[in-house]
Amino acid sequence: MAGNLMKPLTGLAKHASAAASLQAVTTRSVSLTAANIPMARYGGRHTVTMMPGDGIGPEMMSYVKEVYKHAGAPVDFETVTLDPSTDNYDDLYNAIASVKRNGCGIKGNIETKMNRPDIKSRNVEMRNELDLFVNLIHCKSQPGIKTRHEDIDIVVMRQNTEGEYAMLEHESVDGVVESLKIITEASTERLCRHAFEWARANGRKKVTLVHKANIMKITDGLFMQVAKRVSADYPELEHNNMIIDNCCMQLVSNPWQFDVMILTNLYGTIVTNLICGLIGGPGVISGANIGPRYAVFEPGTRNTGTSLVGMNKANPCAMLNASADLLNHLKLDYHADLVRDAVFKTVNVDKVHTEDLGGQATSIDVVQNVLNHIKQATK
Amino acid sequence: LVHKANIMKITDGLFMQVAKRVSKDYPELEHNNMIIDNCCMQLVSNPWQFDVMILTNLYGTIVTNLICGLIGGPGVISGANIGPRYALFEPGTRNTGTALVGMNKANPCAMLNASADLLSHLKLDYHAGLIRDSVDKTVNVDKIHTEDLGGQATSIDVVQNVLNHIKAAAK
Repeated sequence: MAGNLMKPLTGLAKHASAAASLQAVTTRSVSLTAANIPMARYGGRHTVTMMPGDGIGPEMMSYVKEVYKHAGAPVDFETVTLDPSTDNYDDLYNAIASVKRNGCGIKGNIETKMNRPDIKSRNVEMRNELDLFVNLIHCKSQPGIKTRHEDIDIVVMRQNTEGEYAMLEHESVDGVVESLKIITEASTERLCRHAFEWARANGRKKVTLVHKANIMKITDGLFMQVAKRVSADYPELEHNNMIIDNCCMQLVSNPWQFDVMILTNLYGTIVTNLICGLIGGPGVISGANIGPRYAVFEPGTRNTGTSLVGMNKANPCAMLNASADLLNHLKLDYHADLVRDAVFKTVNVDKVHTEDLGGQATSIDVVQNVLNHIKQATK
Repeated sequence: LVHKANIMKITDGLFMQVAKRVSKDYPELEHNNMIIDNCCMQLVSNPWQFDVMILTNLYGTIVTNLICGLIGGPGVISGANIGPRYALFEPGTRNTGTALVGMNKANPCAMLNASADLLSHLKLDYHAGLIRDSVDKTVNVDKIHTEDLGGQATSIDVVQNVLNHIKAAAK
């Protein structure tokens, strides 16, 4: 144990120079302060909630555990399984209680059965309960993946608890269904503050707000106004807004004009998936769900991957990058860099690509390569 | 069919169900559905898997603009608004183009294609064919491109070229 504690101090010095040349991606949350975060940390080891979810989630989680073991990360996982076939919410509340106790978690996607309108989406319920109001996805082009657009570096700040995902629907008349889209000034304000603070803290230049206020004048209009008001406090950052459909067209023709983007829940998922499609990255990019007290990390495009279960073909990089984000959140930066650099090298230098990236490698090949890099770095 | 029925279960769920029900009357046509976010990702990586798409109003504008961005076509593609009694024709991506007013730079092809659609609707197919072919030749054979297509031509250049083709064909 003592040996493990000594390593980070000597490793950091040699690592600083390597990190600069690799330009690995780091995500820093600026809205969480030390006083806010419950830290489950005993004897120098953190406890983190692990929710494997459905589809390829459980496989990915086993890889995360392997990688953490080799990297020597002082993290223990409290695994909570969520059974997708049950009708009640007990599993869900167990998971939520666990995250509240530990302060943070890592999760796979929990499948939503579309045929049962009375059962709310568990992913959405969890985000709402834990008040994870912003979904931060850093979409960065991977030099080792061949795409039509290169050097894309866009950070998506997506509202994570309300908007079109309020799940308030009703059938007032037979055959006529209404769905409520909720935008609150309070939630929008803290989303915008988080976005602008993050942009300022990370040296970003421009924050774009995406909306459809020419049609949804009051809803998206409020969203837009709050952002304008908040932007006045950050004069060094350029702020503009764009209508969602024009935004999609611009993204496919000229994605370099975007830097940080603020979006509502639905637009956020559309734009995230769009950008990940452009950079070839649904299997590589990770996303962070951040709230005032808790944080949950997961793959950026939240895919269940049901068609790839047990075939050893799914790309584990997204989950491994999410685990690296988790380590940053726990302030275990040395270990975070170890994992992230190993994944970066695997995708971009060694180019061990799974099927989604056009390669032939299996998931195990990728994980093995990552482990080799970690072993090298920790020798 | 494009939807978000895993979240908007009742609204998009109804949309999806109705389409399934209608598709049964057309067994020779393959029918499937896709979630909107996955759909956008698929469109930018493998757009050839799509043939005809049914979408709600908002998803429709998003996907239309996305595809027009992919094919370079906000200035070329036309759209038709069709109802049980009336029809209105306009450029596909419905842009106002306020930034281009009076500068002789806007691409007239979208509106000209819309006018060709109008003629088809009026069953004036000969004239529709005339116009549509001229626009097609201008954009694809003669390659008279305005700024949005990466060229240097003015709006008048494009229209002149279209008129020349029509004169040649109507001789």
